[in-house]
Amino acid sequence: MNTPANLKYTKSDEWFDPATGAAGLTDYAQGQLSDIVFLEILVAAGDAVEAGKPIASVESVKAAAETYAPVGGKVAAVNEALSGAPETLNKDPYGAGWMIKIEGGDASGLMDAAAYEKYCEERAH
Amino acid sequence: MTDVSTTGQKNAVPPLNANVKIVEPTIFDLSSPGRKGVTFPDPDVPRAKMPQSLLRKDLPLPELAEVDVVRHYMHLSKFNYSVDGGFYPLGSCTMKYNPKIDEDTCRLPGFLHTHPLQPIETVQGNLALMYTLQEWLKEISGFAAVTLQPAAGAHGEFTGVLIMRAWHKSRGDHKRVKMLIPDSAHGTNPASSGMIGLQIVTIPSDARGNVDLKVLKEQCDDTVVGIMVTNPNTLGMFDENIEQVVKIVHDCGGLVYGDGANLNALLGIVRPGDLGIDVMHFNLHKTFAVPHGGGGPGSGPVGVAAHLADFLPEPLVGILEEGDDETPPLFGFVTPAKTIGRMKSFHGQFGGGLVRAFTYIAMHGPDGLREISEYAVLNANYLLARLRGTYHVPFDRICMHEFVAEGQFEGSDVRALDIAKRLMDYDFHPPTNYFPLIVHEALMIEPTETENKDTLDRFADALIKIAEEAKSQPDLLHSAPHTTPFGRMDEVKAARELVLCCWLPENYDVNA
Amino acid sequence: MTYVPISPNERDAMLKTIGVKKVADLFEAVPARHRFPDLDLPPALTEMEAAAELADIAAGNESVRGDLISFLGAGAYNHYIPSVVNHVLSRGEFYTAYTPYQPEISQGTLQGIFEYQSLMTALTGMEVSNASHYDGATAVAEAVNLAWAQFRGKRTKVVISPTVHPHYRGVIRTYTQGMDLELAGDDSNADLEAGPESLESLIDENTALVIVQYPDFFGRVYDFTQLIQTAHAKGALVCVAANPTALALFKTPGEMGADIVVGEGQPLGIPLWYGGPYLGFFTTRKQYVHKMAGRLVGETVDNRGQRAYVLTLTAREQHIKRERATSNICTNQGLLALGAAVYLSVLGKTGFRQVAEICYHNAHYAAEQLSKIEGYGLCFPEPFFHEFVLCCPKPAAEVNAHLLEHGILGGYDLGQDYPALKNHLLIAVTEMNSREEIDALAEALSEEHHD
Repeated sequence: MNTPANLKYTKSDEWFDPATGAAGLTDYAQGQLSDIVFLEILVAAGDAVEAGKPIASVESVKAAAETYAPVGGKVAAVNEALSGAPETLNKDPYGAGWMIKIEGGDASGLMDAAAYEKYCEERAH
Repeated sequence: MTDVSTTGQKNAVPPLNANVKIVEPTIFDLSSPGRKGVTFPDPDVPRAKMPQSLLRKDLPLPELAEVDVVRHYMHLSKFNYSVDGGFYPLGSCTMKYNPKIDEDTCRLPGFLHTHPLQPIETVQGNLALMYTLQEWLKEISGFAAVTLQPAAGAHGEFTGVLIMRAWHKSRGDHKRVKMLIPDSAHGTNPASSGMIGLQIVTIPSDARGNVDLKVLKEQCDDTVVGIMVTNPNTLGMFDENIEQVVKIVHDCGGLVYGDGANLNALLGIVRPGDLGIDVMHFNLHKTFAVPHGGGGPGSGPVGVAAHLADFLPEPLVGILEEGDDETPPLFGFVTPAKTIGRMKSFHGQFGGGLVRAFTYIAMHGPDGLREISEYAVLNANYLLARLRGTYHVPFDRICMHEFVAEGQFEGSDVRALDIAKRLMDYDFHPPTNYFPLIVHEALMIEPTETENKDTLDRFADALIKIAEEAKSQPDLLHSAPHTTPFGRMDEVKAARELVLCCWLPENYDVNA
Repeated sequence: MTYVPISPNERDAMLKTIGVKKVADLFEAVPARHRFPDLDLPPALTEMEAAAELADIAAGNESVRGDLISFLGAGAYNHYIPSVVNHVLSRGEFYTAYTPYQPEISQGTLQGIFEYQSLMTALTGMEVSNASHYDGATAVAEAVNLAWAQFRGKRTKVVISPTVHPHYRGVIRTYTQGMDLELAGDDSNADLEAGPESLESLIDENTALVIVQYPDFFGRVYDFTQLIQTAHAKGALVCVAANPTALALFKTPGEMGADIVVGEGQPLGIPLWYGGPYLGFFTTRKQYVHKMAGRLVGETVDNRGQRAYVLTLTAREQHIKRERATSNICTNQGLLALGAAVYLSVLGKTGFRQVAEICYHNAHYAAEQLSKIEGYGLCFPEPFFHEFVLCCPKPAAEVNAHLLEHGILGGYDLGQDYPALKNHLLIAVTEMNSREEIDALAEALSEEHHD
């Protein structure tokens, strides 16, 4: 499991990059979902998002999940290329697999990498 | 085998790799220009002028002779496992034997060739059958009224949920938005509620597999539409607290929906209406032996308690004029006073569903129906007793018509899926796997009443053998099945490439 | 009659293994006061008795094959069904199988459905088809669900032509009662002579879906290209509910630009069966496949390198997506979809086109003969396919009652659904209606006029 130290994490398995405002699905989540075959981003640039509200809908070969906004703020950008290549979420969840960028997000309530790793380990049991 | 490409004329699809073996060509692959199957006589009326600008230029259907078609489907049929062919212990699906006489009765010309909009005087046979079936289902379930219209279980659920909503609205109670659904429920329950925008609240199961009463009480308030309970639940357990569940929900003003998927355990055992359930669907294609048809058609009548009868979909079959010793009653259609409306065209799955179920109930009578459930439960408990020592059963008490075991072993990487696939090598259909969601690596086993002891023993022996194989040769299971005509599928390829139809081959000469 | 294959000795041995004394002991979790109710049902029949009883009930009907001459259509049509169809569907390997969740031992069903999907896209001119809905009405209602999901509930208007089958419109009203949705145009008092252009003014930026029927409920054939362009300009989707037999002859809705083409598949080899089970077909564009309800079969390969088929994109469906699924559909009309595929295969390009042509010619002959009768006339201008509206000099119900005395099912009384059309009969003519039958209808009507 890959958990970059510069990112912040949610209990619903999203990551947030306080430096760039980018958000997406964690490596742990993509592994649980397995092969992702569909992604729909539910918000557009300019929309206001609330922390915990759905921003994307993801379907894999065997499961379906929603991705929630890790922080509240304004959507600055949407990764338009992603829905045409949903497998990117499996291959590069923290890079090319970013979903949206959020402006003005407050990451103070989120977990750091160590806390998230521990949280994932606990769930495995 | 010929090297046939399925590359579409219209939808560009990735060409099939030349190394891929074609076991049976598609009906389009088999087409040959100019071949004819069933043809029709020339019209004996003058030919009318056709509006040229509105006509289609080409009709890209295959061209085959009748024998080509018969052989093709005969070949395909051989790739299917079926109840006629063997044991199908698919939990929650009630894959019982489908009596052959039902196939004959439902195809009697009087049923087969009657139009749904004929005047009622010309279809009194159909209407009498439907009326009687409504009455029988009421008696079997303890409900006050029954509609035969819904086409399948999920359609019946949707009907029931709409009725529950309409009942609350009719009382001026507009703030009810929550549907309570136990964590062991079928996916159709939340999906049916979701279709009318209800908020789903999941209620956990307790250690004995019953609805957790403490959580239920906490969730029950004046925003609850109701609860959707399956009893016996998908663990195969009869909820020991069902009457309390009903009371708690009724006390907060909610209604109780019963998912009738597991009614095969209850015929002549207990009537859901007597337990206080307000509305329930029947699956005629499970409980009353209507065959599953490779996925359908089903038939999902809905029964309701007296206070909900006015909300049933239109139309119901009723008696328009009472009969006497000389004349039979006149049957016709009636519209309930506060009906939710129509759920489908016409009157329900008449021929394939209602006539078969009617035949089945008529041939069982009250004692025969009870015997169905008794033996369904006996068979399940027998298998449970034989397998308990080998497979972990997380909710282990006397089960009803099915039970759930775990398809995993300490220290082994064999999973429920591997066990399921390996069962095919022993010529059994696998149980339902990975459902219910609350059991890890679930194997949900429903033998039904139509299997004999020898079959059950062979099945138990196979599962016990497979448990040994899981330890001694796990790879045999990981790569199973081995003896079936097809092996495991590349499901990722199917979902990523999305080849969803084939067309006539690219080099096909449409003008030949 | 019992289908339980267990002897008393075997039962006792099984009880012993379980560890209980008698069968009744297995039901102790059931509240005692409600346990083992006496069911007031007639005693069981043997197979011989049941066969006789059911034959007796069926004989209480007058069928459209032998007893009555039928010109009833209105959504269910009396077509010839080739013998092959029932022979294939009667194979236990097909009809006693379950949903093909285990593809290794279900390739018969899976390839059969894949071919059905292919045939339906060929017929409608669309790109993808699902594995079926319950019937035409519910398929149209599911088109509303697709559009609702596509716009995520942000567009809240659906425009429906009043000449869409009244049952279809009724089912849409039922299905959408929990949604905050406006159904515009759904008015049986509207101007029924108006063509599809009359809907254009109802379409706006809030419109999710426009629904029309092809041919419409009155049998009329319109080219919807212009309407579809107007709808697309406003960003709305268009659903065409089509009669599959008409598609053997007429331009496909796909060619007109439709986004969704659905319909009642009953004409494709499914008996009238007093209204069911029938077949709802559903086809759309590839871009909407994730929002489409129902099962879907896709091509793949197995681990032995063989071409094979699986249920695909299953995460869209209720068993995985639960309350977030587009629809709750699970059981569908699989066997009838297979039947439709067999029908289309055995008729093929030649036979199916023949059926449509005979229907067309017979219906036009009937229209011509009937409109010659004093007081009767064709209500709407051509073109029509195999159904047309006959204006009568008196209420259609009275005309039908007279015809029934002659053993003729006259047509559908449109006054039941359209208040302005009390004197109007919807007459359907198929390949099953001979010239002789049509002449008998004309004769009975002219005689009626002189009564």
